[in-house]
Amino acid sequence: MSSIESQGVSPDVKLVTAIRSGDESAMAVLYDRYSSLVYSVALRVLGDTGVAEDVLQEVFMQLWRNPGLFDSSRGNLAPWLAVITRNRSIDSLRKRRPETDIDEVVVSVEPDMAGAAERGRAMEKVRGALGLMPLPQRSALEMAYFEGLTHTEIAAKTGEPLGTIKTRIRAGLLALRKAIA
Amino acid sequence: MSVHEQFAEDLALHALGSLQGDELAALRAHLLSCADCRRELELLLGDMALLAMSTAGSAPPRHAKQRLLDAVAREPRNIATPASARRGFWTLVPWFAAAAAVLMVVLLLRQNSELKSSVATLNSLFTDQKLELQHAQEVVETFTAADSQQVTLVAAKNAPQPQGKTFYLRDKGRLIFLAINLPQLPPEKIYELWLIPKTGAPIAAGLFKPDTRGGASVVNPPLPVGVEAKTFAVTLEPDSGSHEAPRGTFVIVGIGE
Repeated sequence: MSSIESQGVSPDVKLVTAIRSGDESAMAVLYDRYSSLVYSVALRVLGDTGVAEDVLQEVFMQLWRNPGLFDSSRGNLAPWLAVITRNRSIDSLRKRRPETDIDEVVVSVEPDMAGAAERGRAMEKVRGALGLMPLPQRSALEMAYFEGLTHTEIAAKTGEPLGTIKTRIRAGLLALRKAIA
Repeated sequence: MSVHEQFAEDLALHALGSLQGDELAALRAHLLSCADCRRELELLLGDMALLAMSTAGSAPPRHAKQRLLDAVAREPRNIATPASARRGFWTLVPWFAAAAAVLMVVLLLRQNSELKSSVATLNSLFTDQKLELQHAQEVVETFTAADSQQVTLVAAKNAPQPQGKTFYLRDKGRLIFLAINLPQLPPEKIYELWLIPKTGAPIAAGLFKPDTRGGASVVNPPLPVGVEAKTFAVTLEPDSGSHEAPRGTFVIVGIGE
């Protein structure tokens, strides 16, 4: 059992503090806690297990090299990792250089989802909201988010007006927020 | 929280990373000064995170953990940067402001240079027009100056006859009239120039008195634009101001070019 685990269920802030101090065992705990999330997001975007694993490695190594990138005072680790992974996966999908600096990403999710139980409950609600979402809205949201298509590309692909696509994307995101409120 | 509606959809697109070009630049500029929209962007990124987290369920390959831990062990650690001291985007705002100021100076210098170029062009145009005006004044002066020596050449043994010449631009309503050898005016009389249209009543084109040698000119009297002239005439009228129609005797009448 690692030193982190021996202290009980450590909140993310303690985990990142340990990583910051160079505790390699903290990276193992971090991996156990969030590798499924990071890998799932990368696999959903990339659809390739090998490339998804590469993104998984890259995301965790970035945090190891510079744990200060994550500001624990401005959000939880899980949502932050999810967003970072999605962005890196889209960059990889489109074979482009990273377009967003990680330290620019500040993610705010309420309620607190540091614990696996809270995350599980929230995800059930999110999946429920996605299931209730009108298909064109869900489709626009998923094309933008998981395929990295711009609103212009989505409008061209679906034949829908650009303004309609913009509205659907925003309304879709707000519906997810409302689902866990 | 009050998100500016004009940026509401762009904020969502920016969170997704799909906003580009002028729209992205405009939103970034707005975010520098709007805390509400910055907060909304954070919430939208949170919404995105929810969507990403809804995919959870796939386990990475077994070897992936060891691969990571091996990489961690091989990687020399950099000195950690405290979170409070990290250079987040918003801490760079002063640098962006400084860069924007420098950019503004460059733009102003370029604009200044363009304005100088425009002024130089206008100066050149002004000089050309000044020369043209000077030339025109010289021509008119030659015709009208009191000391201009005017000699009318007529058939031998004929006395000099009154003559006039008009130069008329119909589409611009401009008229120049020059006359020579006009008889000296009787008391309380004045000459009046008339534009005789092809249709309609004559139009008064200016009162004038000849100089001591019978020379006279009328330059650009007020005339309506676009009147087609049949001819021009000069009448001798009572010296009581402009008239609505010729009442006196015709002194000279146009006979064509």
